[in-house]
Amino acid sequence: MDLNLDAPHSMGTTIIGVTYDGGVVLGADSRTSTGMYVANRASDKITQLTDNVYLCRSGSAADSQIVSDYVRYFLQQHTIQLGQPATVKVAANLIRLLSYNNKNMLQTGLIVGGWDKYEGGKIYGVPLGGTILEQPFAIGGSGSSYLYGFFDQAWREGMSKDEAEKLVVKAVSLAIARDGASGGVVRTVIINSEGVTRNFYPGDTLPLWHEELEPQNSLLDTLSLNSPEPMST
Amino acid sequence: MNSIDATIAEKGLMSSEMGSERTLYPYVTGTSVIGIKYKDGILMAADMGGSYGSTLRYKSVERLKPIGKHSLIGASGEISDFQEILRYLDELILYDNMWDDGNSLGPKEVHNYLTRVMYNRRNKFNPLWNSLVLGGVKNGQKYLGTVSMIGVHFEDNHIATGFGNHLARPILRKEWHENLSFEDGVKLLEKCMRVLLYRDRSAVNKLQVWCLFPFVTSAFYPLFS
Repeated sequence: MDLNLDAPHSMGTTIIGVTYDGGVVLGADSRTSTGMYVANRASDKITQLTDNVYLCRSGSAADSQIVSDYVRYFLQQHTIQLGQPATVKVAANLIRLLSYNNKNMLQTGLIVGGWDKYEGGKIYGVPLGGTILEQPFAIGGSGSSYLYGFFDQAWREGMSKDEAEKLVVKAVSLAIARDGASGGVVRTVIINSEGVTRNFYPGDTLPLWHEELEPQNSLLDTLSLNSPEPMST
Repeated sequence: MNSIDATIAEKGLMSSEMGSERTLYPYVTGTSVIGIKYKDGILMAADMGGSYGSTLRYKSVERLKPIGKHSLIGASGEISDFQEILRYLDELILYDNMWDDGNSLGPKEVHNYLTRVMYNRRNKFNPLWNSLVLGGVKNGQKYLGTVSMIGVHFEDNHIATGFGNHLARPILRKEWHENLSFEDGVKLLEKCMRVLLYRDRSAVNKLQVWCLFPFVTSAFYPLFS
């Protein structure tokens, strides 16, 4: 069988969704690249589907945006007809429907996360192809390759909200350190019964990893105050 | 949203472009499924791995699912297509139950339905990228069959998909016999799954094992090791 079983195309991004005791934390980097050029260094990859369900987008920016627009539209109608907020499961299944039925044309991996009164905080991964998998945590995008080992070691069940957010920020920042297609700032969205909180972590708030230097305001701060000596011949 | 184009016959039957569905390739895949008949019924085993290319990405994927009152389906290949097949089967069983006539679809019927689905998709150059194992017991009769993504289908006393065809089948041919006890059946499956874990790169060490008895219609024993 001559199948193309090579690893799927790398998707410029790191996206994460994590459940904790009481809700979910979604996280992402902020880099959008066209080839080698960074088209947007402050993009927002965590988009709102409903008041209580958000989506992390990776892969083709166009594909993920159009899918999220359609699903937002369907969910708005669904909410009106249902008379109450949509569940995370419904949102995830609508995402799956579009991803699966258009699998030939779409190239986007998505993570759906939210909170509803029936099941609490839930994370659903919808990778390339349109598989839907409910998971305690999900990672996606090209940067996620560097995080499998990290999560195998660092993830545990029943974290608090702060522990979960710290884990997400740490993970995204680790991925940014090693993945050329991920960068910029770390954005997080926390969703629980009380509502939605958006946070923003610029580079100087993130921990330093191997071979990284402290941030500085100017090179002049590090250079010696005396004028440099001429080179010896 | 649905991109299945009805105007496929325009540019000749071999053309698989211009907006119509075309042969895909799998993304998230499951590896081998093994099924055997034993003295009292059917035993099936599959690991719980979902591979994404060479990455062992998901480790809790259920690839064995009960269908109706009498059958069990196991799938290898693209997981999203398997999830879609489960939806088709759900609808099939629902409509069967709605007849409310005391009859229920047995494994032979479900296997036939799946064969038609797989073969017809293959004819449209838009296969469901799966190899399916369908086992079941109805009225004391044991049934074990398989359907591939191109519609090849047959029944046998022992079935394997994927790598299992190469690694498990020789073991099953040698060691399967008509009156396997439950314990011997499980041991045989375990032996096959162990070899697959050694030699199949996409195998993971977390299994689903299901068992079907003939007389107790809803006794399923999922064992996780």
